[in-house]
Amino acid sequence: MKKLYYDIAVIGGGAAGLTAAYGCASEGMKTVVIDREETPGGVLLQCIHNGFGLHYFNAELTGPEYAARVLKQAEDAGASFLLSSTVMKIEDCGEEKILTVYSKADGVTLVHAKAVILAMGCRERCRGNLGIPGDRAAGIFTAGLAQRLLNVEGCLPGRKAVIVGSGDIGLIMARRLTWCGIEVKAVIEIMPYPSGLSRNIAQCLEDFNIPLHLSTGVVNIHGRDRVESVTAAPVENGIPQMDRAWKIECDTVLFSVGLIPENELAKECGVVLNPATNGAWVDGNLMTNVQGIFSCGNVLHVHDLVDFVSEEALRCAACAVQWSRSKEKSPVLQGRTTCGEHLRYVVPNCYVPGGEGHFYMRPKIVASAAELAVRAGEREILRKRLHWVKPAEMIAVTLPAALAADCTPGETLNFELKEVKA
Amino acid sequence: MNGCYDIAIIGAGVTGAATAAALSRYRLKVILLEKEADAGFGVSKANSGIVHGGFHYPLSTLKGRLEILGNLMFEKLHYELGFPYRRCGIIVAAFSEEELAEVRRLYRQGVENRVPRIELCSAERMLELEPKLSPDVAGGLYAPGGGVVEPYRYVFSLLELAKRNGVEFLAEYKLEKASFADGVWTLQAHDGRRVEAKYAVNAAGLHADDVSRIFGAEEFRISARKGEEYLLDRASAAYPSKVVFPVPVKHSKGVLVIPTVDGTTMVGPTAEIVEDKEDHSTTAENMAAVFRQAKRMVPAVSERDLITGFSGSRPVMDGNDFYIAFSKKAENLIQAAGIQSPGLTASPAIAEYICGLLRENGVCLEEKRQFATMLESPVQIRKQSTEEADRLHGEDPAWTNIICRCEKISEAEIVEAIRHGHTTLDGIKFYTRAGMGRCQGGFCSYKILKIIARETGMSLEEATKRGGNTGFISGHLQDYGKGGRT
Amino acid sequence: MRKTEKICIGCPAGCHLEITVREDGSLQIAGNTCRRGIAYAENEMRDPRRVVTAVVHCSSERLPCIPVRTDQALPVKLIEPLLRRLYSMKVCAPVRAGDILIRDFEGSGINVVFTRDSEP
Repeated sequence: MKKLYYDIAVIGGGAAGLTAAYGCASEGMKTVVIDREETPGGVLLQCIHNGFGLHYFNAELTGPEYAARVLKQAEDAGASFLLSSTVMKIEDCGEEKILTVYSKADGVTLVHAKAVILAMGCRERCRGNLGIPGDRAAGIFTAGLAQRLLNVEGCLPGRKAVIVGSGDIGLIMARRLTWCGIEVKAVIEIMPYPSGLSRNIAQCLEDFNIPLHLSTGVVNIHGRDRVESVTAAPVENGIPQMDRAWKIECDTVLFSVGLIPENELAKECGVVLNPATNGAWVDGNLMTNVQGIFSCGNVLHVHDLVDFVSEEALRCAACAVQWSRSKEKSPVLQGRTTCGEHLRYVVPNCYVPGGEGHFYMRPKIVASAAELAVRAGEREILRKRLHWVKPAEMIAVTLPAALAADCTPGETLNFELKEVKA
Repeated sequence: MNGCYDIAIIGAGVTGAATAAALSRYRLKVILLEKEADAGFGVSKANSGIVHGGFHYPLSTLKGRLEILGNLMFEKLHYELGFPYRRCGIIVAAFSEEELAEVRRLYRQGVENRVPRIELCSAERMLELEPKLSPDVAGGLYAPGGGVVEPYRYVFSLLELAKRNGVEFLAEYKLEKASFADGVWTLQAHDGRRVEAKYAVNAAGLHADDVSRIFGAEEFRISARKGEEYLLDRASAAYPSKVVFPVPVKHSKGVLVIPTVDGTTMVGPTAEIVEDKEDHSTTAENMAAVFRQAKRMVPAVSERDLITGFSGSRPVMDGNDFYIAFSKKAENLIQAAGIQSPGLTASPAIAEYICGLLRENGVCLEEKRQFATMLESPVQIRKQSTEEADRLHGEDPAWTNIICRCEKISEAEIVEAIRHGHTTLDGIKFYTRAGMGRCQGGFCSYKILKIIARETGMSLEEATKRGGNTGFISGHLQDYGKGGRT
Repeated sequence: MRKTEKICIGCPAGCHLEITVREDGSLQIAGNTCRRGIAYAENEMRDPRRVVTAVVHCSSERLPCIPVRTDQALPVKLIEPLLRRLYSMKVCAPVRAGDILIRDFEGSGINVVFTRDSEP
């Protein structure tokens, strides 16, 4: 059995993992990225559309182009790669973590590292997970699988499709399918508002006159062998209105109904998850409850922009580097973060008093104008006005070090969102 | 086909496959015919996978007798064939005085049936046996001899043993005509293929009535009583240590909470007669009912852990007993019909019973000089130590190439399934569990498709979910502008 | 005066643009938060264009398809002819990201470039 020794092991070679590896390696850390696929890049490689990188690279890139840039950064900084390799287990041996890695090339490899960065990304929620009733026909795909088939393998998943869920992947796929000659009959969204970015509604649906049915559910899938149709129905208070249900003929159903952070590996080694995100509970340094195991990117919480993933990964790398270097591991007393009723979550779950803080949160409300207030105890320390707040769009807030310095150690930081008149 | 067979078995579900396996030890030429793309793709695959305890039916019924005999045979079969099976025990949980009365009746029946170590339990005893039970439990029954089995793997093992001993297997063979002349049945398939055999066994499950009609034998009707099952993630806190039954109602043993051999929790089945035998749909109402009933017994059951749902139908015949006998109308035809629950449990005993019928009818069942009784069970990488995994990698690097991340299935296991004749996505899933986990094939199905194409020479478009018109891919980019919207 | 609303696709912010066409044909644009919004609105009213991304078949063993994009937004009416052309092509590996696949498509001055290397 091969044994390898690194300062930092990054699990997952998508946007988060590659950026984190760049961050670690450029600080002189001996870093390895472990990824299941032959080529690093993760899901970006099948996201052939443009619109990535405006924020992080100040350039308008496609997924593969973004992936190539972060890969090059990591490679140039000296990161190593274990590809076509699956991490089967993470063992926490205190000062050292041991990863059991299986690969076709090397069999079993034990990777010893001082710190681990979790960057495994997400899996897609599927039809079965939702319990959508109906037949078990061929032609039912998650949007990401269909995307992979089309954009990497060059195979068409069908001829006439209905897309369930208006998340960004679903919207992007509506355009992609249309551009491949597949008729998209409808996009069906159970919520009263779209789950994807407005610009994707505009350029992926409105450009092609693809109907978007809000507050509507797919209540049945029909077809003995291959999908033949779906039944859609308006949903009121969670109840499908069957008297107004209608059938849509199609041979393909794509599900774009949410992403689930792939944390099974992390859970097995004792990482505690945050039920609001399904990602790890992390402190102000993006470290999980297991000392020396960090988390960033979509496996921490689902982002809607890869640019934010990279930013977070870079900060995570800096924290992991600092942690690996610091002799005495007794942490600075951190304060908790909490959020009010109009926010679903705030990440990270703690902040470091005195340091610059970066917080991501997801609103529960739709509002054309809103205000975000940050309070330390009873004192308001930041107020920010926001436009077009909606659950599909993450809110990112930076708390300058000067403001965070006012917090007394252990004080809770509360984030409150409220709708205001435009 | 290959000359005249002694026996042709119609249907490769548990009944047909167990019969083929039992007959394979004798000096007989046996052929097994299946209308679907793989064995067990009918009634058997969507089964609760329970090896029943032997207390549900009186010994006056054939199914009661065969259930208890079959149960006793499972341990040995598991030892010999290595399919996933665990004798975890069965409990029946009662929640009211009325239900307790029914439990006492079942207990007496169990004692009469000589069910080993059956026990009538107090509420405290029930909670001690199964701490996941609701504290509202009023008492119940414990049958330590009951267990769980992976039904599709069981069928595959039986088929494998039968094939090892020379039984031939034809898939996608849909029987259309049968004619009898000079002591020989000529069996013709939908595509014109013909098989000749002296004896035939009708083990056609839901379609046993149609097959009987094709043979010109007894007229009877098989109805489909559909059951929906819901599978929960292996991380579910509901996973019980024993199969949890409610107190049975008419026509059904009720909704169970099942600890599957491979670590997932399954809840179901429902029971409703459906017109269409091929109806494999699930409904929102039934799903809600299954969860409601399962939660009453095991409160940790949660929709949040749902991986997927599916349904299958039980072949129900008037009289509700098994019908296993020589046809009185058609010559040399054995009917094995109405094999609903506890058909899986009873299957090894059904097979022996059919052997007995043949013997009584003058068929010479003489054992071959050599025949296999043991199968090596397929290696599963997720169950190997890292040292063993590394050693296997030395034999074949594909052992450490993980294809299905959720269930940790290697490329070597998938190739093994294909080499055993399972060339559909569902066949591979049932053989290896690849695609059966929490992502339901979202990440691995295109990888498996490519392995199927590589190993069989099929194109990606030819590969299917479960044979027939269940293709996965429908064309290429070059078709742009040629069909559909342009 | 005519008023239309558009969502700017220039960046993920997705600004809600209010476009007023004055009597003289000139545009008044509100709701944008940067210059991209103005440019987008003007194009959208006169000559709508989109960046097109697609794939072409490739002889590479490793990648059956290589992703491509237009290097600028393409007039919408040229999208279908471009896709037809791309899907009927098969390129020979190796290709590099940034290499031009089609130069000056239909006299538009717009090129199609690869966005991924065929080989690692």
